Amino acid sequence: MTTIDSGVGAGVDGLADVTSSEDRLRRFLLGLPGVDQVGAEARAATLSTRSIKTTAKAYALDLAIQMIDLTTLEGQDTPGKVRALCAKARRPDPADSTAPQVAAVCVYPDLVATAKYELRGSGINVASVATAFPSGRSSLAIKVQDTKDAVAAGADEVDMVIDRGAFLSGRYGMVFDEITAIREAAGDAHLKVILETGELVTYDNVRRASWLAMLAGADFIKTSTGKVSPAATLPVTLVMLEAVRDYHENTGLHIGVKPAGGIRTSKDAIKYLVMVNETAGPDWLDPELFRFGASSLLNDLLMQRTKLATGNYSGPDYFTLD
Amino acid sequence: MVWRPTLPTREPGRLDVRKTYKLYVGGAFPRSESGRSYVVTNAKGKFLANASQASRKDARDAVVAARKAFGGWSTRTAYNRGQVLYRIAEVMEGRHDQFSAEVAAAEGLSISKARSLVDASIDRWVWYAGWADKLAQVVGSSNPVAGPYFDFSLPEATGVVALLAPQDDSLLGLTSVIAPAIVSGNTAVVVTSFERPVPAITLGEVMATSDVPGGVVNILTGSASEIGPWLASHLDVNAIDLCGIEDPDEARELEAAAAENLKRVRRPAEEDWFASPGLSRLTQYLETKTVWHPIGV
Amino acid sequence: MSRFEYAPAPESRAIVDIKSSYGLFINGAFVEATDGKPFKTVSPASEEVLAEVSEAGPADVDKAVKAARKAHEKVWGPMPGRDRAKYLFRIARLIQERARELAVLESLDNGKPIRESRDVDVPLVAAHFFYYAGWADKLEYAGAGPDPQPWGVAGQVIPWNFPLLMLAWKIAPALAAGNTVVLKPAETTPLTALAFAEICQQADLPPGVVNIITGAGRTGENLVTHEGVDKVAFTGSTAVGRAIAKAVAGTDKKVTLELGGKAANIVFEDAPIDQTIEGIVNGIFFNQGHVCCAGSRLLVQESVYDEVLARLKRRMGTLRIGDPLDKNTDIGAINSPEQLARIRELSQVGEDEGAERWSPECELPSQGYWFPPTVFTGVSQAHRIAREEIFGPVLSVLTFRTPAEAVEKANNTPFGLSAGVWTEKGSRILWMANQLRAGVVWANTFNRFDPASPFGGYKESGYGREGGRHGLEAYLAH
Repeated sequence: MTTIDSGVGAGVDGLADVTSSEDRLRRFLLGLPGVDQVGAEARAATLSTRSIKTTAKAYALDLAIQMIDLTTLEGQDTPGKVRALCAKARRPDPADSTAPQVAAVCVYPDLVATAKYELRGSGINVASVATAFPSGRSSLAIKVQDTKDAVAAGADEVDMVIDRGAFLSGRYGMVFDEITAIREAAGDAHLKVILETGELVTYDNVRRASWLAMLAGADFIKTSTGKVSPAATLPVTLVMLEAVRDYHENTGLHIGVKPAGGIRTSKDAIKYLVMVNETAGPDWLDPELFRFGASSLLNDLLMQRTKLATGNYSGPDYFTLD
Repeated sequence: MVWRPTLPTREPGRLDVRKTYKLYVGGAFPRSESGRSYVVTNAKGKFLANASQASRKDARDAVVAARKAFGGWSTRTAYNRGQVLYRIAEVMEGRHDQFSAEVAAAEGLSISKARSLVDASIDRWVWYAGWADKLAQVVGSSNPVAGPYFDFSLPEATGVVALLAPQDDSLLGLTSVIAPAIVSGNTAVVVTSFERPVPAITLGEVMATSDVPGGVVNILTGSASEIGPWLASHLDVNAIDLCGIEDPDEARELEAAAAENLKRVRRPAEEDWFASPGLSRLTQYLETKTVWHPIGV
Repeated sequence: MSRFEYAPAPESRAIVDIKSSYGLFINGAFVEATDGKPFKTVSPASEEVLAEVSEAGPADVDKAVKAARKAHEKVWGPMPGRDRAKYLFRIARLIQERARELAVLESLDNGKPIRESRDVDVPLVAAHFFYYAGWADKLEYAGAGPDPQPWGVAGQVIPWNFPLLMLAWKIAPALAAGNTVVLKPAETTPLTALAFAEICQQADLPPGVVNIITGAGRTGENLVTHEGVDKVAFTGSTAVGRAIAKAVAGTDKKVTLELGGKAANIVFEDAPIDQTIEGIVNGIFFNQGHVCCAGSRLLVQESVYDEVLARLKRRMGTLRIGDPLDKNTDIGAINSPEQLARIRELSQVGEDEGAERWSPECELPSQGYWFPPTVFTGVSQAHRIAREEIFGPVLSVLTFRTPAEAVEKANNTPFGLSAGVWTEKGSRILWMANQLRAGVVWANTFNRFDPASPFGGYKESGYGREGGRHGLEAYLAH
C-alpha cells in the first residue's frame, strides 16, 4: 500500500512539527479534509446493509464479546455491584464455558481496587474513567490526581475525557496539553481519550478531535461517556476509524477505537465490526484495537451465540443479569 | 407626449446615396467570401439591391463567430441581456421609417400595413427582452427529492442555433425567430428570407449599434436551401429552426442531417406571427440543468 | 477463522416464479407472437437460461399500437385525470407489495447486485409511479398551458441497465399525461417488464393502456417508425438514438432521447476526501458501470493526485464481486457477452494507447460474464478510453491544475449528460455548476436519482428530460 500523506490540504510531510506550537497545531487541525455529513452517513448506512451469516456470524459474536469493556458508571455503584460485574466478565455465560471473556471491566476510580481484586488472574483488564468524568470540568491538577489514583489502585487502562469547552472555543493547545499531562500521569496504563462526540456535534470536529488526541499520545480514541446523547453512532465511529487508518498510514502506529454508549444488540455490534473490517482493516479486528463500551450488549451477544449453537431462540431469563 | 422634431421635406432632385448590402458576421459587415451577389427586387419586381449571396464558407465563418460569442453572451446576467434586447427595440424605433419602407417594398404592403408590422416587431423585442430575467423562474424548479439534498433545475442556453428565417415575413417573422433564441444566451446564425432580405440587413445594422456583442447574431442573406444543409450537418451547431424551409422533403432531409449530432430541431409549421408567441420558441433552445448538493453540517 | 470472511448470504430465489416461456402483453393479455421467433433470456451471472421470450414482429407491433390507439381513444384519453391517478397509485402500491420479488428477478435477469436492485432500483420504481400518479389530475399546472393534451400513443424503447426503473421513467409520466404506451424492454432483460405486465393486470388497468412487446433492435425499429406512434421515447446508445432521430425526420412524431455519456467527476484539493472516494467508487462501479451518467472520467487536481489514487485503490480492494443475489455483493455480472467483449476491447485499447491499467486482486466466477473493477491512469484527453463510453466498471483518470482547466477538459466531449464536482468551497461549486455543459451536476455526491428531479442530457447525450414537472412536459402537447 502506498503511503498516504496526512490530510488533504494539510501539506505536512511528517507529523513531528505539527505539535511544535499552538499555531501549527491549529493550522494542521483546520487543514484536515472536511467530512461531508450526508456522504459519511450514507457510507455508514451502506455498510450496515452487510448480511453476516453462519460461520461469519459466529466469529463476529465471539470477537464482539472479547471486545467488550463491561461497564458500570453510576452514582449508585457499590463494591457489590462491581463484584457481580467482574464475575460476569470472567464467565459471561455460566451455561457455556466456551463463551469467551470480555476485554475489560470499566468502573469509576474508587472502585478500581475492588475490580482489580475480583479480576485477579483472569487476564481481564481494569479500566477506570478519570479526569472528572463525565464533564471534565475541574482543574488540571485534580484531573491528574484522579488519574494517578486510578493507576495507583491498579487500573490497566484509563478512560479520560477531553475538555470539550476548550475544544469548541478553539483552544486546541490546551486540550493537547491536558491529554499530554494525563498521558504522563497514566504511566504504563493504556490511555483512552473520550471525545464526547455528542457535544462536538459535527464530523469535522470529530475528525479534528481524533487527530488531536492521537497526536497527544492517545492509545485509543473513544466516542462517548455514555452520559450524553447521542453517544456512539455508526457514522461517528466511521470518521474515527478513518482517522486511525490515516494516522497509521502516516506514522505506522496503530491507535484503537472505542464506541461507547447505546450499542445494545448483536446486530449493532456486527455492523460496527463490518465497518472496522472495511474501513480501518482487519488489523483492527482485535480487542487491542477495538472495544465496545457497553453493558447490556453482552447478554444479547450471548443470546445470539446460543441461538446459533442450538438453533433455538433463547430468552433473557436464561442469561445472568450481571 | 414625447416631443419629436418635425423634419422638413427633403430637397427635391437630390441624388441619394445608396447602400451596399452585405452580410453581418462576428459584428462586421463582410461581403460573401464567394464574391457572389443576387438581385433583390421589391414585390412588384423593381430592382432594390444586390444582396450578398452567402456561401457554405460564410456559414462556416458565422458558426465560428457564434461559438466564439457564446461563452460571453450566455454568462452575462439575465438583466444585462434583457437590457440589450430592449436596446434593440429602442434603436429600431429610431429607424421606424426605414424599416417601414423596406417592409412595404419587400412584402408589397401599404406603408400603413408595413408600419403596423414594424410596430409589432419592435413590441416583440420588448416582450422578449422582459423574459430574460423571468425565464428561470418560470421554467426552472426546486425539486423536493426524498433525501438530504438541495436539488434545483435551471434553464441554460443550448449553444449555437441556426435559424432559417421565414421566407414570407421579412421583419416580424425574422424578429420572432431571433429574439427567443438569443434572449436566453444562445448565439445565432440566421439565414434570411431569400427574396426579402433587406429588412434583415437593416436589422443587422441595428444589432451592430445596440450593444449586442459581435457574433451573437450573424445574418446571412441568401438561399436557405443552399446553406441550410451545411448548417444542419455542422457538428458545432446545437439546434436548428427549419422555419424558412417550405418543401417538406427538404425539411425532412435537413432534420435527418441534424440528427448526426442530435441537434434540437424545430420543424416548419404554420405560423401566425401576430399571435402571442408563448413559450415554445423560448424553451426550444434551452437545456435544463439539474444540480444536487447534500444538506448537512 | 483468523479473518472476518463474510459467509455467503444469498437472497432466496424462491420468491420469484419464472415461467418457462412468455408471450407478448397486448391489449391486457399475454398472446403468442404471430410472426416472430422466440429467444432466450439468460442470467448473466451463471449463463443459466431463465425463460424463453417472444420476439414481436411487424404484425405484433401493429397489433400493440392499434390496441394502444383504441385504449387511448376509448378509455384512457377520456378518463378523468383523477381516475388515471388512482390507477397509477395502485400500480405504485403493487410494486411495493412485490418489491422483493421484483428485486430478485431484476438481479437474476440483469446481473446487478441485489443490494442495488433492492435498495435503489425497485424503491425508485415505486416512487416514480407515486410521483406521476399525483400529476394525473393536475396537468393544467404542469406548465404546458391551461388545457394540455396527451400526444396519443407513446412508443418507448428502454435499455438493459436499469430495466424496471427505465420502464417506470417511461410509463409513469406517459400514463399520467393521458397517453397509452407500447414499450419494448431490452432483449437481454425482459423479465421485470413482463412482471410489470402482470402488475397491470392485478391493477385492473384497462386493456391496451400498457402493452409490452419483447424483441431486439428490429422490433424497436418497427415500433418507433410505426405510423400509429405519436410520441417516441428512447433510452440507450447515442448511435441508436441518432438512427431514431433520422428515422422520425419529416414526421409529426415527438421524440425524447436519453443517450450516452462520458461524465467527468472532478476532484479538487479541498474535497471531503473520504466521501469523495466513495463518490468516485459509486460513480463508476455502481451497477457495474452500466450507467449512462457514470462518472467514467475522473479529473483529479494534480496536488492531490497521489493521495486520491492511493485511497481509491485501497477502497477498490474492499469491493466484493460475485453472485448478484448475495446481499454482500458490491459488483455483479456484466449484462451480456457482447457488452463484456466491448469492455474488454476498449480496455485493451487503453493499454495499447499507453495508459496504465490496474485492478484489485479479485477472483471472478468461472461461469457467467465478469469484469473486475478497473482503473486506468496516465490517461489523456486524446485516448479513446477518455472519449468513448465504455459502459463498464472502467475508470479513466486524468489530472488538471486549475478550475478553468477542469472545466475545459470536462466539457471537451460530444456528450453532456452529467458531471461531478468535489470541493468544500461553496462558491466554487456554483461556479463549476454554471460552467459544466451537462444536464445533471452532482456536487459532493454522485449518481443520485429522484422522481422529482429532472434528468437528461446536453449535446449528443440526447434531448428532453425525465423526472419532475419537466419529465411530464415531454408527454403533453403544447
